[in-house]
Amino acid sequence: MNIIVCIKQVPNTTDVKIDPETGRLKREGVESIVNPFDEYAIEEAVRFKEKYPGSTVTAISMGPPQAESALRQAISVGVDKGVLVCDRVLGGADTLATSYALSQAIKTLGAFDIIFCGKQATDGDTAQVGPAIAEALNIPHVAYVRKVESSDGKTIKVERLMEDGYDVIETNFPLLLTVVKEINTPRLPSLKGKMAAKKAQILTLTAADMKCDESRCGLKGSPTQVMKIFTPPQRQGGQKFTGGPEELAKTIVGKFKEIGII
Amino acid sequence: MEYFLTEEEQMMIETARAIAIEKMKPVREHYDEKEEFPWEIVKEFAQGDLCGVYIPEEYGGFGKGIMGLVLVVEELCKVDGAIALSLAATALGTLPILIAGNEAQKKKYLPDIASGKKLAAFGLTEAGAGSDATGMATTAIKDGDYYILNGTKCFITNGGDAETYTIFAKTNPQRGARGISCFILEKGMKGFDFGKKEKKMGIRASSTRELIFNECKVHKDQLLGKEGHGLMIAQATLDNSRPGVAAQALGIAAGALDEAVEYARKRVQFGQPIASFQSIQHMLADMATEVEAARALLYATARMIDANLNKPPREQKRTSKESAMAKLFCSETAMKVTTNAVQIFGGYGYSREYPVEKMMRDAKITTLYEGTSQIQKNEIALNLIKESAAKDK
Repeated sequence: MNIIVCIKQVPNTTDVKIDPETGRLKREGVESIVNPFDEYAIEEAVRFKEKYPGSTVTAISMGPPQAESALRQAISVGVDKGVLVCDRVLGGADTLATSYALSQAIKTLGAFDIIFCGKQATDGDTAQVGPAIAEALNIPHVAYVRKVESSDGKTIKVERLMEDGYDVIETNFPLLLTVVKEINTPRLPSLKGKMAAKKAQILTLTAADMKCDESRCGLKGSPTQVMKIFTPPQRQGGQKFTGGPEELAKTIVGKFKEIGII
Repeated sequence: MEYFLTEEEQMMIETARAIAIEKMKPVREHYDEKEEFPWEIVKEFAQGDLCGVYIPEEYGGFGKGIMGLVLVVEELCKVDGAIALSLAATALGTLPILIAGNEAQKKKYLPDIASGKKLAAFGLTEAGAGSDATGMATTAIKDGDYYILNGTKCFITNGGDAETYTIFAKTNPQRGARGISCFILEKGMKGFDFGKKEKKMGIRASSTRELIFNECKVHKDQLLGKEGHGLMIAQATLDNSRPGVAAQALGIAAGALDEAVEYARKRVQFGQPIASFQSIQHMLADMATEVEAARALLYATARMIDANLNKPPREQKRTSKESAMAKLFCSETAMKVTTNAVQIFGGYGYSREYPVEKMMRDAKITTLYEGTSQIQKNEIALNLIKESAAKDK
C-alpha cells in the first residue's frame, strides 16, 4: 500500500507574536516543530504500514529548506521517505495554493492508496488544506477522524468526531483522512529511526518538477488576503429583564424589534 | 562537562531521555508504591531500540558496547533507578552469553534480547553464597547429554519476569572455584520454578525472586563455555557489568542533584530562596563536583572496557580494578548525594510527595549488589598488590 502523510513545520509555541504591520506570524527566533496534529497523522500512517506489510509511507511537506528537519523527524518514527516541496514560486501560498501544490506533488509521486493529514496546523488553524487536497485530487475524504474502525484496502469505515458525538462513515480507497488527537498516541523516535532519519535522502520537488500552473502557485494563486488580525473583544454580560410573564414577553418582543431580529 | 560523545551516543541519550521524561516520570510513584513490574515501560525500551545498545549489530543490537549501556542506564535512572533496572539487569544476564557463548547460542538468544522481546537475568547469588560465590550449593550433575540442576538461587533481579537465565552451578563440587559451570536456562523448563518475591527498601519496581531448581534437566548444548569455567565467566561478566550499576548510581545521583538545585531555588525561608544561603550552596557545589567526578571516572572506565574488548583475545587485559573503582565511587557518591538532597528538601525530602526519598532508597542497593563496596575495595587492593608484585619480577 502506498501511504502518504502531509505534514507542516510550525513554530513551537502557542503564544507566537503577530507582526502588527503585516498581520502575519513572526517566525524569527522561534524553534520549529512538526505540527502537533500531524504527529497523529504520521502515527496513523505508520500503523497502516504495519498492518499492510510491504507498504511504504511517504511524508510530504511544503516549506523552506529547513522544513527538511520535520521530514527527518517523521522518518525517525517510522516514515520511509521524505519529500520536500520547496520553491520560491510557492512562497506566500494560502490554503488554496498550498493544497494545489501538495496535490501536484502527490500526482508527481504516482499512485497512492491513502493520504493522512492532521486536522489543522497550530499556526494558521484553518483545517482547510487536507480536504482541499482531496478535492484537487478528486478523491473522497473524511475530516476529524478519531478512529479507523475497519479497512480491507478497498473500503474503509471510520469514526468522524462531531461536537455532539461521532459519525460512522464508510468510503472507498483511494482517499484522504484528516485526524484528531483522539485517534492514537504517537510513538517516540527509536534509535534505528533516528539513524534512518540521519541518513535519509530527502527528495526535493520544485514547481517545475510538479508541472505546476504558476498562476495557481504562491502569492499569485492565493485569493485569500489577510485584512487584519486582532483579538476579538470579550463578550459582555448581556441585559437582564425582570417582571411577570406577560410584561416580560412584551419587553423581549420589543427588544427583538428594536435590534431587528423580528 | 564536555565528554566529546559521538553523534550516535548523543542519539542514545536523547532516545532514553524522551522515554524517561514522557513515559517513566508520570508512572514512577505508581510502580514504587504498587511494586509491580513495569511492562508498559519495557515495551517503550523495546520500541525505542534501547534493549540492545550493547549487543553487537550482527545479533540485532546497536553495537555500542558498555559505553552505550552506561549512557542509556544513566539517562533513564535520572528519572527512575528502579524501572530502568529491567534493562540493566537484562544486560547482566546477557553478558555471560556475549562473553562465553558459542555462535549457535548467541544466534539463539541475543536477537530476542536485543529487540526487547525477552528479558534476561543472572543467577549467581544464593542464601549462603553472597560475596563468596564459591560457597554455592546448587549442583549440576552430568547425566548423559544432560545436566541435572538442584538448588536455590536468591535475590535474582528480573527473576520470574525474565525469559532467559544464565545460571551458575557446581558441576564438580570437589574442585571448588574450578568446579563451577554456567548454563542458559529458559523460563518454563520442567523443574525450574520461582520462589518468594523480596520486599525491598528501594528499587521496588524491579522484581527480585528466588529461583528453585528441582531435578531440572538441562541439555549440554545449554552449557556456556567449558565445564568448570563458570567462575571465570562470572568474574569477566562482573568486570563488564559493574559500570552498568555505576551508571544506575550516577543517574540516580544526577537526578537527585537536579531536584535539589531546583528546590533550593524555589523554597523560600527567612524571606529568601534557600539557594541564597551559603550552607546550601556549598552542599550543592559538593554534590555537583562529586557527580561530575563519578561521571568522568565511569565514562573513562567504560571506554577502556570497550577498547579492551575490541582487541584480539590475547591482547585483552582484565579490567576488574577499573570497573570496581567506577562502581565503588559512583555508588558511594549516589548515597552521599541522595542523602544530601533529602537534607536540602528538609522535612519535605522525607515525604513521599517529593521524589528524593525514593532516590535515596533506590541508591542504597548500588553499594550492595554485584559486590558490596567492601568487595570492590578488595578487588582494587588485590590488583594494586598484584601490579606492584609484577614490577618486582
